[in-house]
This record gives sequence, structure tokens and C-alpha cells, in this order.
Amino acid sequence: MTTFSLTHRFRPSRREARPAARRLRPWYQNRSLVAGLVIVCIMVLLAVLAPVLAPYNPIKQNLNEALQGPSGAHWLGTDKLGRDVLSRLLYGARVDLRIGFLAVIIPFVVGTILGAIAGYFGGWLDIIIMRIVDVFYAFPLFLLVIALVFVLGPGESSIYLAIALVSWVSYCKIVRGEVIVARQQEYVQAARLGGLNNARVLGRHIGPNVISQAITYAMSDIVMDIMVIVTLGYLGLGITPPTAEWGSMIADAQEFITTLWWMAVVPGVAVVITGLGLSLIGDGLTDLLSPERRK
Amino acid sequence: MLSRLKFVPMRLLQAVPVAFGVTLVVFFMVHLIPGNPAESILGAQATPAKVAALTDQMGLNQPVVQQYWHFLSNLAHGNLGESYTYQVPVLTLVWQRAPVTLLLVAYSVVLMLIISIPLSMLAASRPGHVRDHAVRVIPLVGLGMPQFWVGVMLLLVFAVGTGWFPVGGYGDTMMDHLWYLFLPALTLAISISPVIIRSLRASMLNVLESDYVATARSKGAGGRSLFAGHVLRNAIIPAVSIVGVNLGYLVGGTLVIEKVFAIPGLGSMLIESIFARDFPSVQAVALFVAVFVVLVGVLTDVVYTLLDPRVDLTQRMNA
Amino acid sequence: MSVVALSRTVEPLLSVQHLTIGIPSSGGGHATLVRDVSFEVGPGVRYGLVGESGSGKSMTLKAIAGLLPRGVEVLEGEIHFDGDDVLTMSPHERRRIMGPRMAMIFQEPMTALNPTTRVGKQIAEGPRRHLGLSKADAQELAVDMIRRTGIPDPARRARAYPHELSGGLRQRIMIAMALSCKPALVLCDEPTTALDVTVQDQVLRLLAQLCDDMGSALTFVTHDLAVVSQTCSRLSVMYAGRIMEEGNVREVYEAPQHPYTEALFQSAPDFDDPGRRLAPIPGLPPSLTDPPPGCPFAPRCQYAIESCSTGSKPLVEVRHRHLSACDLADQIFGGTR
Repeated sequence: MTTFSLTHRFRPSRREARPAARRLRPWYQNRSLVAGLVIVCIMVLLAVLAPVLAPYNPIKQNLNEALQGPSGAHWLGTDKLGRDVLSRLLYGARVDLRIGFLAVIIPFVVGTILGAIAGYFGGWLDIIIMRIVDVFYAFPLFLLVIALVFVLGPGESSIYLAIALVSWVSYCKIVRGEVIVARQQEYVQAARLGGLNNARVLGRHIGPNVISQAITYAMSDIVMDIMVIVTLGYLGLGITPPTAEWGSMIADAQEFITTLWWMAVVPGVAVVITGLGLSLIGDGLTDLLSPERRK
Repeated sequence: MLSRLKFVPMRLLQAVPVAFGVTLVVFFMVHLIPGNPAESILGAQATPAKVAALTDQMGLNQPVVQQYWHFLSNLAHGNLGESYTYQVPVLTLVWQRAPVTLLLVAYSVVLMLIISIPLSMLAASRPGHVRDHAVRVIPLVGLGMPQFWVGVMLLLVFAVGTGWFPVGGYGDTMMDHLWYLFLPALTLAISISPVIIRSLRASMLNVLESDYVATARSKGAGGRSLFAGHVLRNAIIPAVSIVGVNLGYLVGGTLVIEKVFAIPGLGSMLIESIFARDFPSVQAVALFVAVFVVLVGVLTDVVYTLLDPRVDLTQRMNA
Repeated sequence: MSVVALSRTVEPLLSVQHLTIGIPSSGGGHATLVRDVSFEVGPGVRYGLVGESGSGKSMTLKAIAGLLPRGVEVLEGEIHFDGDDVLTMSPHERRRIMGPRMAMIFQEPMTALNPTTRVGKQIAEGPRRHLGLSKADAQELAVDMIRRTGIPDPARRARAYPHELSGGLRQRIMIAMALSCKPALVLCDEPTTALDVTVQDQVLRLLAQLCDDMGSALTFVTHDLAVVSQTCSRLSVMYAGRIMEEGNVREVYEAPQHPYTEALFQSAPDFDDPGRRLAPIPGLPPSLTDPPPGCPFAPRCQYAIESCSTGSKPLVEVRHRHLSACDLADQIFGGTR
């Protein structure tokens, strides 16, 4: 009897129902990606243009005008030192976004390299690297960052270092997993048998596939970094005052939450919007780079 | 059933190297301090005599390996040093504070399940429907919300605004505790639920497409009986490991949330100790929390094994 | 034969009329998986639906059971079971008949059982819900059902999880489950395809015997002609979503009335005549989105003439209770009468 399967083509399984044509859509037709990019670009623009847009100096105190409600002069009112909340919000974006975006670089690079080494070479290298990863995983992110920032002393560079020490492990885990899968693919086996040396196989054949996973993850990692920075700011361990920063703004505002509640709400909303934009980009990238993973 | 838990001692044994690494990290925290740790720990009150005394007390003038050995042997005797602030063994402090934090963690896990399961069922039962899309938006927004800010918002609405819940504190009786910890636990549950909802929704969709759900339907199961009898348990299995991984995040969150709601747990202890430059206390909290997370990992495996009869970790370990 | 003759006189248990199943799509070009299929199954009758993968036989069965995959819909036609129109039933009414009146056995025993629930409890689920048995009584019934499928030490097996059982045992469990509420009709979707040949035979015998014991009718979907001949008394041969030929098993075997059926026989191994050469059917089945006019088998048919590719080809009774969709049945197969 001739056997062939037609039914499977028509089974609307989520995976197969996604026609190939959709995979080839150009990036600008990916709604999540575009929406995310628009949101993030607006936030970045606001941060970059803060000196132009901000109506007041964000750290200039004016105790005569402290704790005012929204008005024509101060759209979002003033804080307890009479500083303009809107200006602080705009300048805060500069700090939080800059650190968030920059802090992701070192862990991305270090984690990707270590993960690729562990996954590609395996053996004792893998065992050692993964045990170190396990150790770092045992510490909750916030605990380790808080402890490290304490140990390293206040300031921006401590934050970078603390984040780097903590968040490389996620990249390492992701990349290692991807590399192990990729290594078993036929084309990589063929490249190895064909006499390409390890660096070339890693760089040319495994790299592009694996990197896309790391990049997608980096989007949520930036969100996480911003979370860390504002949390440190809230706890009073982050950027030193009087520099405007969203987390410390929320902490300052909590005192007056019964009356001037928007002062605590608005900086948080700014974080949420930024996070939403980055998450949308991450979703869009997942769609674009590896549609078969999408569920 | 119990014979399938034979892997637990072995699994605990495997956790030993990790725990060992944890002690290394906690120990070396001191040595990351730029300059003379003793000097920077003492901060403003540093006089040469005090610095010398502390250096001696911390054994900082001994070789590092010897210091670490000293640290480990003290640890083995349950001695993590004395709190600079309270002049009592830090472990005593940790044991006082830990129950508060553990209760908060457990409370949040319960609330998380109460939030995540119905929402993911709602989404998975009609994929592509409006309510599915609505639920799928939750992670996008939820993952971008700083935990402490969620806490402040809940405080604003349900404590300050409506007065339904206390603004902070812990209370005296167990009922009090549950009452006082409701908003903090809810905060943590909200912040972790997006991840859980996402994974539960995906695994529920998988299960709903499975042959055995078709079998269950052919037996006349549907609606609630189908979800309760067949879908939920199978869908929760993959989510268990996600919960396990995220418990670390949850515990980290507790530390911060305790500050928002003024709860006398390990988190407040950590922050207080940091501002007091009370180094042994910071180390003790870090060590305790890390060991707790490692044990949660073991617990995750146990739950996993109990939920899924196919899993036999005993065999996998021996292999 | 006597059962078949009897079934003519009484109301059919299952009546499928002009069933058309497809995947509706807004962008046009929707696929039709089953086209204008009609057949009836009397009480206690064992009825086979035979065809290759993609012939629509499984979809027909799933439509009867109300288990069509998401996105696949009944576009036309009616399915009556026990006089009730199952297609217009509410989900609630449907659940009331699934189990006690109609049950289903699936192809893959490896995946069709809930992996986290003991098999005894899975069998007991139906009786508890539909027969109102207590937990203990339902469990007892489950053990009894396992015993009746010939599994040794049934009480112990009832406590097993599916992964602890072999494929053959699991399929016996499925049979026990399907028959636990004494359904009037059992739907089987290739229940033995995933099993070893030796186990296949045992499971088929068991299925036939238990159905006889309980007086249950059987609708049996398979691609395997040998399985149908062993199990069923009447059959339909499906191709490209249509019924090509319908008749009593003996008669179809002895004198097929459609070229497709004949080709199927020639492409299947025959244990009585192992020396015969197998003749694969040349070509591929037609597209389901854009079927050619006329007989769907015409492009692959060795007897095809021009008129085969035009007009509709209804099932016509060519001999007593033996129907064929081939215009030329009389000319091609007339001589074999």
C-alpha cells in the first residue's frame, strides 16, 4: 500500500499553522518589534533631550516652592526640596536608561563567551564553568547586587560591576544550551570534519544562531538591569543624591504618598513603559529570529 | 511512592559543592572591599587603633587560605561572628528574622498560584480569543514593574486609599501576620506571576492538544472536570521548575519588599546592616538566603517527582 | 450476515448523511477533508472505514465523536446517533453521551492515557461520572474490566501508571476504559497500528469479543484491509475524502466493485498468496484544496476513460447492498459476478 501523509499538513498545530511566508515578512511588519522600537526610541529621545526639554534644573532646590501640586509652572508639581518633578523625571531617564543599556554589555560578552566555551568544548571546562554558574544562581539577584554594591562602595561603577558579576550567568546558561544543540547539527559536524578549526566553527557556524538567542534575552536583561538600578536607588544604595533617578524619586515620594501620590506613581510608570517597550522588542525579535520557538 | 524519593540524599550531596562555592563567595565579599576592609567597615569612626583591632579580629593579616579555613571551621561550629551593632551572634539574629521572611515567601507562592492558575486557564481555554490576548499582555507590562513600586502602589490604594490593610508592620498573632503580610505577599505574587502565567499557558495549550485529553473528552469529561482531572496536573509539572528557578527571584524580592512595608525580616536586617556597616550580619543573611535557595532547588525536584510518576531521579543520578 | 440483515429492519444506531468536513479559511482555497460521506451503522454491527492516510476516515470518526481538531469544521451534512443530531448538541449533552452511549479508542496507546494518573482511576472515571458509582465501586468495576481484557493480576495493574505498561497492555486498558460504561457504539481510530503484529491480533480478538459480550456496535477506522476483514462485517473504502465503495466485507473481498479497492488489494500483502507481486498504486492522491472534477481516483486509475474526469460520481448500488462510486463498475467488474 502506498503510504503518505496528507492529514498532517492540515492539522492546525500551532507550529505548522504558521506559514513560511510569515517568517519572511520584513522586520517593519512585525507589530511587536515596531511598537517596542517606537516606545524605546521615544524614551531614549526624552532622555537625550532632557537638557532641552526640562523646564528647570533637576537638582536646584527651592524650599519656598516645596511640595506643590501640579500647576502651569510645575506640570508634575515639586518635591520636598522644591525641585521640579518633571525635570527630575526627564533627567532620571538619562541615568536609568544609560546604566541599563550599558550594564548589559559586559555580562553579555562574558557570559556568551564562557557559555560558548562550556557548550562547545564540554568536558572539565564545562563542569567548572557550570558549577560556578550554579553558585551564582544560588544567590538571588537582588541580594548579590545589594551586597556587592555595599562592598564596592556607592557610585555608578560599582553598579556596573555588581550587575556584571551577577548577570553573566544567564547568558552563559542560554548560550551553552544553544551551542550544545547547534554542535549536534549536521552542518556543524560537517564543518568540523571538514577540518575547520574550533574558532572558525564557533565563530562562523554556531555563532549567528546562538547570538540571536542571547540578543533576545538581552532585551529582558536590560529591563532587569533597570529594575536593579531603580531598586538600589529606592533602597538608597544606588546613584548618590542629589542626582535625579527614578528609584530614589519613588523612595522620596513614599513619605508624602497620602497627599502627593503622583510623585510615586509617575516614575514607576516611566519604568513600566520602558520595560514594555523592551519586552515588545524582545517578543518581536523572537518572532523574527526564531519563529519556530514561538508558542 | 516514597521509594521514588530515594534520590534526595544523593541530590543533597550534589548540592554540597554549590554550598561550598556559596561560602567562598560570601567569604570573598570582604576582600572585594577596596583598600583595607577594616578601615572601610569602620567608616567614619576609624581610628588607627580601632582599625588595627578589627584587622586582627577579622584575621585580615593572615594568609587568605588560612582566613578561609578559619571562616569555614567557625561556620561548622555555627559561628558566623557577632553583629557589630547588637553585639550578639549574627546567627541568633538570623533565626529571629528568618521565620518572618519564610512566611512571606510561602504566602506569596500561595497567592501566586491563586493568581496564575485561573488566568492561564482563562487564556489557554480559548487561544486567540480576546481574553487570551488580554492575559498575554500581562507579562509584557508585569515584567517591567519594579517590585517595590508595585508595593508602593498597593500601599497607596489598599492601605492609604481604602484603609483595608495596614500600611506596614508584622502584627503579633498568626492571623495578624497573614493580615499584615497580605499586601507584601500580593506584591511579590504580582511581580512573579507574569512568568508563571506565560509558562502555564504554554504548557496548558500543549496538554489540551494531547491525545489523553481527547481520551478524557471521549469519556465525557469537559469544562471544569477536564481541567481539574487532566489538564492542570499535567500542565503544572513543567511550570514547577519555572517556579523553582524563580523562587530565588522571589526571595530576592522579599528582601526589598520588607523595606517597603517595614517588615522585620531578613531583608530589613540586610538593609539595616548595610547602613550600619555591620559586615557579619550581611554575610550571614547572604549565606542563609543562598543556602535556602539551594534547598529550594532540591525541594523543586521532590515536588516534580511527586507530581510526575514518570520521573525517576534515582536512576538518572546513578546513570 | 444475519446481523446485517437484521440491522436493515431496525433504526440505525449511527447515521451519517452527506457529511462534509473542511478547514474554512477566509483567504479562499479552503481544504475539504471529507466530501459528502453517508453511511449507517446498525446496533451491534461492526463497521469498517478503510483508506490511506488523508482519505478522511479519521476526520469522519472524529466528527462523530465531536473531537475535531481546532479549525476543522463540519461544513455540511448530519450525524444522527440514537436518533439525536449530535452536531447540534450542546457540549453538555454531548458529554452526557460520551462514555455511556458512545466511546472511543485511539491510535496511540502511548499518548492516549493520562501519564500522571493510575490506569485504574482513569478507567473508573467514566463509570463514576455516568453510572453514578461510588469511588470504591467504580474502582472495583475498573479492576473487573481489566480482568476481562485478559490482563493477569488486574488489581495490581489498576494501580500502575501508563508508562509502566507495554503498548499492548495500554491498548487493553484503553479498551477496558472505552467499554466500562457498556456503550452502544465504540469508535476505533486505528487502534492496533502502533502495536506489534502479534499483539495486534490479540487486541483485535479481544475487542471483537468484548463488543459482542456487551452488544456494542463498532466503527473501525484503519488503513489495513486485513484488520477490517478480521474485525468487521461491513465496510466503506474511502479515498480523497469520499466513499468509493461500500459493502459487506466478504463480498467486497471476493468481488470489489471499484478500481481503487482493487488496487488497494493488489498493493497489500496477501498471506494466502505470498508469491504474488505487490502492485503499488502509481501517482499521488489529488489536492484537497483544489480537487479535480469527476472521480478523484481517475488520474491514477488504470481503467480511466475520458468521462471519468467529468461530472459527479455518486455511490450507486451495483449489486445487492453493495455500492460503488465507479461509473464503469459494471463493465470492469461485471464479469466477476
